[in-house]
Order: sequence, then C-alpha cells, then structure tokens
Amino acid sequence: MTLFRTLSPVLALALGFFIADAGASHAQQGPLRITITDGVIEPLPFAAPTFVAENGSAADYAAQITQVISADLAGTGLFREIPESAHISRVSSFDAPVAYEDWKAINAQALITGAVSASGDRIVVKFRLFDIYSGQQMGEGLQFAGTPDTWRRMAHKVSDAVYSRITGEGPYFDSRVVFVSESGPKNQRQKRLAVMDYDGANVAYLTDSSSIVLAPRFSPTGNQILFTSYESGFPRIYLMDTGSMAVQSLAQQEGTMTFAPRFSPDGRTVVFSLERGGNTDIYQLDIGSGQTAQLTNAPSIETAPSFSPDGSQIVFESDRSGTQQIYVMSAGGGDAVRISSGAGRYSTPVWSPQGDYIAFTKQNAGRFHIGVMRSDGSEERLLTASFLDEGPTWAPNGRVIMFMRESAGAGGQSSLFSVDISGRNLRQVTTDGPASDPAWSPLLP
Amino acid sequence: MTLLPKALLIVAALGLAACNNPDRYGAGGAGDGAGGFGAGGIDQNGLGDPNNPASIAYFNQSVGDRVLFAVDQSTLSPEGRNILIGQAQWLNSNPGYAIIIEGHADEQGTREYNLALGARRASAVQDFLISQGVQPSRMQTVSYGKERPIEICSEEACYAKNRRAVTVLSAGAGV
Repeated sequence: MTLFRTLSPVLALALGFFIADAGASHAQQGPLRITITDGVIEPLPFAAPTFVAENGSAADYAAQITQVISADLAGTGLFREIPESAHISRVSSFDAPVAYEDWKAINAQALITGAVSASGDRIVVKFRLFDIYSGQQMGEGLQFAGTPDTWRRMAHKVSDAVYSRITGEGPYFDSRVVFVSESGPKNQRQKRLAVMDYDGANVAYLTDSSSIVLAPRFSPTGNQILFTSYESGFPRIYLMDTGSMAVQSLAQQEGTMTFAPRFSPDGRTVVFSLERGGNTDIYQLDIGSGQTAQLTNAPSIETAPSFSPDGSQIVFESDRSGTQQIYVMSAGGGDAVRISSGAGRYSTPVWSPQGDYIAFTKQNAGRFHIGVMRSDGSEERLLTASFLDEGPTWAPNGRVIMFMRESAGAGGQSSLFSVDISGRNLRQVTTDGPASDPAWSPLLP
Repeated sequence: MTLLPKALLIVAALGLAACNNPDRYGAGGAGDGAGGFGAGGIDQNGLGDPNNPASIAYFNQSVGDRVLFAVDQSTLSPEGRNILIGQAQWLNSNPGYAIIIEGHADEQGTREYNLALGARRASAVQDFLISQGVQPSRMQTVSYGKERPIEICSEEACYAKNRRAVTVLSAGAGV
C-alpha cells in the first residue's frame, strides 16, 4: 500500500469510491488500439488472471470481480478472453514483474492484473493494464475502494478504464438501465418500472404492477426518472426521485393525456407530448416554475421529442407528411426540418450523448429496424431487423444502443437487446423476465 | 353471450362507475412492488339482462360497443358510423350513463405513436357522438395505444379487431 498515493477525492461522492494512483509508470499511448467504428474486427485477446486476494476474506470478491471484468470486456465483442487454464504465468503478487514472454506465447495482447483486499465494510480493488507486445504498462494503475455491496460497480470501473484506454472511447459499464418489467399475456400485460445494472444485475423494482407504466427516462444526473403511468386512469407523466422513491405528477391538465417525456441536458426542462381533442403536439415544462409552453402546433401527431446534447435543438417524429418521419427544430419550437428520407416510417429519434448520431426506429416492408443517422439525415445505417424492434437508448459513451425486441404471435414477449453503432455484437441483455422500454443512465459517478 | 370473446366478458364485468378513473385494466396488480402506485378505484356494475334494452349488456351486444379502423387511420367507416348512430340513440335514451371512449391500436407501430393514434380514434368517436346529440359532458376519452389488444395473434385477423374504439358505459350520471 505504500506505493499508493491518494489523488483528488472528486469521485468519492456517491458510493464512497476513491481512486488512487497505483503505480509509478507513465501513461502512454501504446500501439494497442481498437477502433469501434471499423466494420469487422478480430476480437483482441486479453488475459485477466484471477485478481490476487490480499487477505482471506477477499478471495470470493477477487474471483467474482475478475469474472465481471472479463464478462464486461468479452461482452463488447471487441475482446476475447484467453481462459486461465491456458495461462503459463501465474500472478501471485500484484507488484511482481510481468513475464511478457509467457503472455506473448499464448497470444495475449492485453494483460489485466489486479488485487483485492477486504476488511470490515470496505473492499479495495486495484489493477494494472499491460500492452504485451510493446512490453509496457498501459496507463497508470488505479485503485477503487468502497463498501462490499458495491463490488460489481468497482469491477465495472476497472472494465471501463481498460475499455477506454484500448478503444479511446468513453466508458459505459458502470451505468444502470431503467426499464419496464413485464409479465402476463399480451392482452393482460402487467408492467412495472425496474432498474438494473447495464448487464442485468442488481434488479430493483420501482413500482408495483397495478397501473400500466411506459417509457421511463433518466435525468442527466441519474437521480430522477420520468415516466408515463395510467395511475390516474389516463396516461400522464410523472417524476420519481430515485433516492426517496417519491413520485410527483407533472403538467396535469384535465381532459388531456401526456406521454413521451424526456429531460433537457441541464435537467431543468421536460419535453413531452400532450394530447387534446385527439391531436398530439410537443410541449415543454420548466420543472422549477411549473410553466408549460407549446413547441409544435399542427393537426398531425408530434411526439417522441429528444434534445440535442447541447440543448439547442429537439429531434422528434411527426406524421405531418402522411407517415411518421423525423424532424429537427430549435429547442424553442418553430420551423422544423425533416431529416429522414429513406423508404418507410421513422420514429422514436434519440440524440446520442456525443451529438454525432441520432438513433431511431424504422418500419419498412413489414419489419422493424433500429438505425442511426447523422443529425442532417445523412449516413443512415440500419443496425437490426426483426418482427418488432423499437425504442433505442444510448449507452453513456454513445457507441452502444439498447432497445426492445418483441417476438410475434400469441405468446409474443419483449426482451432487451444491445448492439454496437457499427451493427456488430447484437446480443440479448439478461433480465429476470420479459422487459421493454429500456433507458440508459449516465455514467455513474 | 356465446358470441362474446371471453376477455370482453372479463373486462365488461369490471365496468367502472363514475370514479373518474377509466382504467379497466388497472386492477389485478401483483402488489409486491416496492411502493409506488396503488390500484385505481374500481366499482362494479351489473351487466343486466341482455334482453333489457336499457342494460349495459344490451348496449354491448345489440347496439355494439366498438368500431374498427383501417391501418393507421382514424376515419370512421360507414359501418362504424352506423354503430355510432345506434350508440348515440341508446345514450340519448339512457341519460343516466356516462361513457369512456377507449382508443386502441394494433401492435404494428411504435408505442408513442400508437398512443397518439388511439387518441385520434377515440376523439373521432367522441366527435361523431357529439354530432348525434350526445352531451360532451357525459364523455371522456382515453388511449391505450397498443397496450391492451383484445386479440393476441400477430396476423391481420387479430390486428383488425385491435384497431378499435370501445365505448364503455358507466352508471355515472345518476343511475
């Protein structure tokens, strides 16, 4: 522990993490690099020998944390784990020199070593990343500390650091997803709000299933959730505080229904759809003052608004042309420019956190797709195809999309899937049962 | 009665009184969640004798409680108009009932759009009933989008029955 020098406690807030410099080597950009937007890539082989347990009570944590890290990395499709049974070198001490030749011999390109200690209500996880072919440590070692119940988050923090260093992209593993947990047949489906880690672990239910709930959305800081509920008998939007679980209704107006809420990037404004007399338009609500303002005014259906990350524009869908298409307007309303131009119907646009793409649902020729396009409509790329794919949500780093897929027929059920923006690595997200309407949180602090 | 789908009987038995909560589908929650919302209040009405022209059962079966729509449309068909003319006559003869008009969509659409489309359908029915002399104060509309299909196959035969607006009676105006 004498090697560790505590850095700024900036990240210590929410769950008691802190990060320390775990080594003397210099950060460097080695040749080890994956570019996610490349079409087809060979997964990068890595070795992650089970982290060293620095005391007896840390052994289980060390094994589980290593497994979660390997699962995070392999789950991206960008990395391939070399199983421990193939390792030549054994890592019995965190500070032992790396036997590069032994790792080269099994074709490992990256090596992750780590150690875990546990005492009382605190566990400490530290790791280093090595570029085997250049024979150097990659970036500095890091240390995370927290209460034992946060061990999965600490594993995700390690994975995030490894992923970011090798891909150059932002991290996303230490994040949560709010979604709708479903049960029952199609015509009597029960729905309730739930949250889970991005990988499906640590599920918690936020509502019971006495009312239909739809399309939850995280606030930019992750401590509030917008959603639509039939609790009043009519679909209306609500705001839940994730700490206290307190729920307040928003923008209630007799004789109207409200739905499709989403936060502005500063968290102060909610855009949503309001239906009155059969016509649906987009409104905004200032949460602090309770003031609402109408942003669109057309006899067509305007819904599914989503802010650009700088807050200056709103992308939404409208059937003003006769079918659902995607439009962009100023955040204050006014004239809108249609950006979707291909065959079929486009809906549920969501601006990426980086602002470089808009994800959408597309219906064409009897199938549903999740796709991405630039904010001017160019470079459209369909990532999926099925009977019913719907409702994309962006990972915090804007490089992975989660969405719902529903199977056809009387026994049809919803489940969650994720896919890279390159269209690679389509995979189902593990959930306890049927699930729909995922919304990714920001990266946790 | 044998002509009615089973699910219709189940939901019809839960017809609401004027508790201002039209959610016929809201009860029956597992109730094991972590707090959150309680069930909406539900009162029960007898369906009455289907041979009694003033009964809910008569309205549902003989007058017809629903109209169907073409894909992505909210325009009333001639058959739909005929049913609604009958509904309006019945409602004008039975002023004690209030109604909730539920708009529904089939599953071939995105969730938000289908909510808005269901609202269009419910509103089309409401406007027509108003044109036939039914007091607007007796009516409310709600859209369920694609949340509550009555038929569950993924074929046009089912979709056609799911694209509907259902007029649900409640003994709200003093019966």
